[in-house]
Amino acid sequence: MPASLDLCDIRKSFGSTEIIKGVSLTIAPGEFIVFVGPSGCGKSTLLRMIAGLEDITSGQLRFDDVVVNDWDPARRRIGMVFQSYALYPHMSVEQNIGFGLKLAKKSKAEIMVRVDQALSVLQLTPLRHHKPSQLSGGQRQRVAIGRAIVRNPNVFLFDEPLSNLDAALRGQMRMEIGKLHQHLKNTVIYVTHDQVEAMTLADRIVVFEGGVIRQVGTPVELYDHPANRFVAGFIGTPTMGFLSGRVAATAQGEGVALDAAGGQAITLPGDLRRVAHGAALTLGLRPEHCVVCPPDQTMLSGTVVMLERLGAETFAFIDLPATPAPVAVRLDGGERSLVAGQRTGLRFDIERAHIFDADGNSISSSAS
Amino acid sequence: MRPSQHSSLPLRLALYALMVLLAVVFMFPFLFMLVSSLKSNDAIFADVSSWRALLPVGPLTGANYANAFLRGNIGHYLANSVLITVVSVGLGLVVNSLAAFALARLEWRGKQVALTLLVILLVVPFEAISVPLMLLVAKLPGIGFGGDGVHVVRSWLDTLYVQVLPFVANAFSIYLFHQFFRDIPKDFDDAAYVDGATPLQVYIHIIVPSSRPVFATVTILQALTMWNQYLWPLIAVPGEGARPLMVGMQQFFAARQTAWGEVMAYATLSTVPVLIAFVVFQRWFVRSVIGSGVKG
Repeated sequence: MPASLDLCDIRKSFGSTEIIKGVSLTIAPGEFIVFVGPSGCGKSTLLRMIAGLEDITSGQLRFDDVVVNDWDPARRRIGMVFQSYALYPHMSVEQNIGFGLKLAKKSKAEIMVRVDQALSVLQLTPLRHHKPSQLSGGQRQRVAIGRAIVRNPNVFLFDEPLSNLDAALRGQMRMEIGKLHQHLKNTVIYVTHDQVEAMTLADRIVVFEGGVIRQVGTPVELYDHPANRFVAGFIGTPTMGFLSGRVAATAQGEGVALDAAGGQAITLPGDLRRVAHGAALTLGLRPEHCVVCPPDQTMLSGTVVMLERLGAETFAFIDLPATPAPVAVRLDGGERSLVAGQRTGLRFDIERAHIFDADGNSISSSAS
Repeated sequence: MRPSQHSSLPLRLALYALMVLLAVVFMFPFLFMLVSSLKSNDAIFADVSSWRALLPVGPLTGANYANAFLRGNIGHYLANSVLITVVSVGLGLVVNSLAAFALARLEWRGKQVALTLLVILLVVPFEAISVPLMLLVAKLPGIGFGGDGVHVVRSWLDTLYVQVLPFVANAFSIYLFHQFFRDIPKDFDDAAYVDGATPLQVYIHIIVPSSRPVFATVTILQALTMWNQYLWPLIAVPGEGARPLMVGMQQFFAARQTAWGEVMAYATLSTVPVLIAFVVFQRWFVRSVIGSGVKG
């Protein structure tokens, strides 16, 4: 049975340092949840707390409305896949997968049946007598997953499972994990720092920064309506471009004077919360909402620093004045003649720009 | 060490020459012992200042070996030494590796203090504690297995277990185990805990099978130490019943003339079991299986 999980103001301290600073989250049965965030944001620690491998300093963790704070990992009925795989080196593939059942004192016959089942689901049957050292990275990964599924856990925990694989294999395993979840329908919590994995696998993504949740939502919600600058910058490749400016009056009403345009103002769409005149603002621009144009047709112009030609699409990175990071623009077929070092103009759709206040919180974000 | 295939010929020759020289230096006393054990006392002294001392030439005899058994009671002492070594090494492997497991893999209050004490213990030589230890065991009531069955005795002196129990827990062995266990990835333990293992099951199913090389190392070191015990049995075992092999050699050092041939035969016989043990365990030194279960 897939379990529901409730995290209520979960905290974790090592000595006087607080790593997890009050996390509350509800996870529905069968949901695929992905924790993302930069390294050191506490996502792996939180996963280990859910697994029972780390104590919970304060707060409540509930599985199906039962508080499990003091339960040991086995009693929580979780399956876990580690970043290092952690396959027992002296045991064969089938011994690795059957180890938990053996500890649970299941009969030999039952262990056989369930291990066989896991082996065939993961296409490992021909490798059953191999030792981990004889397997490739992808095969080891599958054995680690087999060890987790064989005990039919309530919750599946993945701790950066694909980070040791090469890019091609990572894509393939990502798909297999997705298919496995559709097949088994367990509750899954998956930790990664790779936002592509998060976007492709998750029902809902939880974005962490510095031990707190910055936003929870479906991949599309996070992409289209980031609640703050951190989430906006973390989700999406290439990264959202940011232009700084100040609130100023324009002929048509409220606007923003852009530093990159030498203080020229652009009118903002109407439904803004009232922001004091002169207050700092940041505009966030997705690459697909920008276009390049001749420099004399726009208030923004800069130098192309790099072109990323991916085949199906091409991104240009444009260095603008008074802007710390180059702004990415997705090029349509026409501008493929652009070269690095060239001067170009940049225009964007203000209706689709994300607007963040001085604290980085979204003031208004538009649907795409 | 084997000189690399890539180094130049003169360098390789020099390295081999050095290794041969070292081998000769180390083999010399051993050869002398072996050869002398086959000669009479007179022949040993006649040959001692020539190359003949290292070669089995001249009149050879097996009488020294026969005497080692007949006069020397070597069979009894050998049995004592084997028993003392096997039991203390066996118990030591369990006790010391479990202690190291607790220190390396479990979290508990006072662990750092225990580790510090362990390191302090490493530098205390046995000679420094041998006399207080003797005074202690002399007053400890123990169990005797005499002709009238099992009975309580008033002291541990002159028993086999006084040569075993003080040496079971060994700071250096714990230290070796600790260093090895510390380097086994913690994810193995976590995976096993998720699989439902208790700490003892982690020790039995994960740590021990991954640690054969260190078990072999500790076995050899502790066995050698126990086999070569001399000072302690000399002071704690005055009688003959529990006397070990090494101390048994004394009886050939007579007041008037020492029977060197017999001493050498006795010494050869006490070396052979060590050599056999070393050859048996040597291959375990070579490779470690750990690491293969973690990412490649």
